Amino acid sequence: MRYLPLDDEDRALMLARIGASRIDDLFADIPADKRLTDLIDIPRRMSEMEVERRLSAMAARNVAAGSAPFFVGAGAYRHHVPASVDHLIQRSEFLTSYTPYQPEIAQGTLQTLFEFQTQVAALTGMEVANASMYDGSTACAEAVLMAHRLTKRKKAVLSGGLHPHYAEVVGALADMAEDDTLRAPPDVLAREDIAASIDDETSCVVVQNPDFFGNLRDLAPIAAAAHAKGALLVAVFTEAVSLGAVRSPGEMGADIVVGEGQSIGNALNFGGPYVGLFATRAKFVRQIPGRLAGETVDADGRRSFTLTLSTREQHIRREKATSNICTNSGLCALAFTIHMSLLGEAGLRRLARVNHANAVALADRLACVKGVSVLNQFFFNEFTIRTPRPAKDVIEALVEKGIIGGVPVSRLLPKSGLDDLIVVASTETNSDDDRAAYAAALAEILS
Amino acid sequence: MNMQGRPTRPEEAELIAPTTFTGNRGLDMEEPLIFETGRLDATGVDIDDPEPFASRLGPHERAAPVGLPGLTEPECLRHYVRLSRKNYSIDAGLYPLGSCTMKHNPRLNEKVARLPGFADIHPLQPFSTVQGALELIETLAKTLMALTGMSAIAMSPKAGAHGELCGMMAIKAAIRARGEAATRRIVLVPDSAHGTNPATAALIGFSVRAVPADAQGIVTAAAVKAALGPDVAAIMLTNPNTCGLFEREIVEIAEIVHAAGAYFYCDGANFNAIVGKAKPGDLGVDAMHINLHKTFSTPHGGGGPGAGPVVLSERLAPFAPTPYLGRNGDALVMVEHAEGGQAFGRLSAFHGQMGMFVRALAFILSHGADGLKQASEDAVLSANYIRACLNDLMSSPYGDRPCMHEALFDDRWLKETGITTLDFAKAMIDEGYHPMTVYFPLVVHGAMLIEPTESESKASLDLFIMTLRDLALKALAGDRERFLSAPRLAPRRRLDETRAARQPILKWTKPAPG
Amino acid sequence: MSQLRYSKDHEYIRLEGEIGVVGISDHAQAQLGDVVFVELPKIGTQVVQGGEAAVVESVKAASEVYAPASGEIVAVNDALESQPSLINEDATGKGWIFRIKLADARELDALMDEAAYQEFLKTEA
Repeated sequence: MRYLPLDDEDRALMLARIGASRIDDLFADIPADKRLTDLIDIPRRMSEMEVERRLSAMAARNVAAGSAPFFVGAGAYRHHVPASVDHLIQRSEFLTSYTPYQPEIAQGTLQTLFEFQTQVAALTGMEVANASMYDGSTACAEAVLMAHRLTKRKKAVLSGGLHPHYAEVVGALADMAEDDTLRAPPDVLAREDIAASIDDETSCVVVQNPDFFGNLRDLAPIAAAAHAKGALLVAVFTEAVSLGAVRSPGEMGADIVVGEGQSIGNALNFGGPYVGLFATRAKFVRQIPGRLAGETVDADGRRSFTLTLSTREQHIRREKATSNICTNSGLCALAFTIHMSLLGEAGLRRLARVNHANAVALADRLACVKGVSVLNQFFFNEFTIRTPRPAKDVIEALVEKGIIGGVPVSRLLPKSGLDDLIVVASTETNSDDDRAAYAAALAEILS
Repeated sequence: MNMQGRPTRPEEAELIAPTTFTGNRGLDMEEPLIFETGRLDATGVDIDDPEPFASRLGPHERAAPVGLPGLTEPECLRHYVRLSRKNYSIDAGLYPLGSCTMKHNPRLNEKVARLPGFADIHPLQPFSTVQGALELIETLAKTLMALTGMSAIAMSPKAGAHGELCGMMAIKAAIRARGEAATRRIVLVPDSAHGTNPATAALIGFSVRAVPADAQGIVTAAAVKAALGPDVAAIMLTNPNTCGLFEREIVEIAEIVHAAGAYFYCDGANFNAIVGKAKPGDLGVDAMHINLHKTFSTPHGGGGPGAGPVVLSERLAPFAPTPYLGRNGDALVMVEHAEGGQAFGRLSAFHGQMGMFVRALAFILSHGADGLKQASEDAVLSANYIRACLNDLMSSPYGDRPCMHEALFDDRWLKETGITTLDFAKAMIDEGYHPMTVYFPLVVHGAMLIEPTESESKASLDLFIMTLRDLALKALAGDRERFLSAPRLAPRRRLDETRAARQPILKWTKPAPG
Repeated sequence: MSQLRYSKDHEYIRLEGEIGVVGISDHAQAQLGDVVFVELPKIGTQVVQGGEAAVVESVKAASEVYAPASGEIVAVNDALESQPSLINEDATGKGWIFRIKLADARELDALMDEAAYQEFLKTEA
């Protein structure tokens, strides 16, 4: 077997050194009647070529986003990732290293995490950020738990503009933890008065911007209303590139900012792995979940980085830890950091402008299709359209014409009476031809 | 004739490392932060500004700069390549971190995970356009069920601890369905458990009751029986356990736990020792997460991403989270809303760690049933070989008996030397090895947990053993200085962690002018 | 200065009138290593003898400080917020953690005096 360096001669010598007569002597603690005698009923070993052939056949049965005009967003976004990003994250020293528990031989990982934390703090307009969470949705659930700890209250108010899956993740954990969740009804037009739902028992209000339907929201009045009641504002984003064009949540008064970082440096990957971003105020640092890299010096006084404030974490604090998280999204965070370093301020701002311009161009085109209306007043690279036919049927009909046209709202919010809405995203990867093809196909389907 | 020769043999000279202008030491280079070298107007991504258009950002447009410097591509590559060289990695050497399973990461797996048909598909594309992706998830799911002998699986957990959370949420949902949520509030956790176990139980409102291990490092059925009661919801037991031992009484423990109306959560972090040798389903397990990044070698990536699918018993299957795989005629679908079912809800935004699924399935297909069994055997054989070759010098907390995939030592043998486990670990760095896991499990004083995995040749194991023996003899001979000042030959010497914690600096801040 | 009395969890209490001054023993600080953070209780909190009152953290460990006697927290040592090292430098002096208004001074009878504590440390080692 190509991955196993020991041969039978080695094995025999090693067994002899151990003083065992056969390998099963080493497995003697497994109750004899539970020890398997036959091989498990799965195929035998395969060559590299066979495995590649078999998996390539599965891959070929999918329609890759790059192979069609593609307009799906709703929590994950297709962006161009520079070739150097994927090259660098595949360097052995990054790819095949463990969590940097021995800092003397892990400064590469630790310094990149420190850079990541600095970038996330700057993007969100917050004072501190952690070294990443699993994804945006789990970061959101952790933010709610952190708000509960900080306020010693147990009720979270979720905006109707929050990604429905994020609301479900928060809701499921809250249900199990026996906390309260008030989930506002879907708020397609960003007209809800969420501040009115905040009371003296509310620990936090969770608001997404740009929201699930693509609307831009002013978080400042919500922050003020929350603070007046002793509650916190948890600001959420699912499209990190938007932060290059819209006001930062920190600027609007958010206390905890969480989001999905996939957009920068990471492929769509059918939902994972992604990278959760988590930022907050410096005074809340001891309640942050997850790892933190910090600066210090070594015995020679040279600047060095290490994991720090670990007493918050499960490996030390056990049942009193701020979270149970252990493994995070290190390599995805690295991809984020490298892509962000390549973009820089200038690149990020331009990338964001191009995204916005493309979305505006698409919205203008689709609004001209008979029977279609664009619902958003303000948006970044994503918006919601209303169609005269059920959105699900429209999307399927578009697939027939080779276009992946967005996400029917009813897929995430079934039985909510929103069957005629499609969330549509456009990034820098879409060309004018893509947009023209979309509008033409939609017109044909609806005619 | 050209008579310009040059020396081609080193001159005799005293061996003193010079202080350099750059601070670099040959290939070991100092590297500033990007914030110190980048410029706000520099970029490594060429994007043209769009043609003028009517913005729809309205009053929400960002006015303030973000404050992020950029680098051109050559600068960026050099920065991260230089940083990478400060890291130890499996590809560069044996990485004996116990309980972490640092085995070889095949590059085929990286290649197939990047096929556009897997990497460039969106979780919310129509199902008709992702049939191959769903087929891959189904294939992996069925394979994991076959390997564990369990009847259901939840694929969405994103790491081991997330899998624990999934399993414990399913257990809590099952207890609720029985109407016992108010009374069963306790989860039994052995002292030796990984910290994620008690943290997970506490996260969803359970109280933790500790169960001691016996003098052999094993949790006995008698100890579990003594801790069980009508208030107990579940036990969380790691098997093989964190001391590298198979829990011999596991079948009996499962029986008495079930008889007491509780569930058996098995932490599968160490499943890699028994793949193909025993099925957790045969042992009475109700739920177990599988760390794809350990057992099935998806790369650790400096701390993630992982993946933690959870296999479930028939009793817990109805409570599995959404989404899960289903069929609509011949077509595969993800069931994203469980109408009227008992699913406890959703764990993460999408279907799970697809990128890790592809890699894990490639690893499993490459090995096959025969290769996986051989891998488990080689991992256990290698750990026992190390144990047998070091046993005369280093002390084992549970005596001279076979271990599973990792060999555990304590620090009694160092007692008279004034050298600690940490010092010993740091001296290994100077020898070019990543240290073993130290001070875990917490129940063993000065623990050193060595997991070689199946990926090492005998020559590699022998050199590692000889190195540790040499260090051990030096420690016992009283060569303290070597240990207390180690590491001396790494990119950094020991760090001031007190300073890092007392005055946390968690991001770069522009120095004040002047 | 009145005499220190110790609990088996290595807290000390020093009586100043009706008020007990509480911290961790010099032995405890030496065992913990560099203290990097102290989680202080809120003034006005009622604590019971043996109940958790504060947390002292080193880099790799977090240790609960249990109240050596019942009563109300009447003062906390704010200086520890910026200088947790005071516990290492002067555990029984400037490194005090909180002051407690004793509910029942007789509770102190169950604690050890200096000599008994030193004996206790020998048995623990």
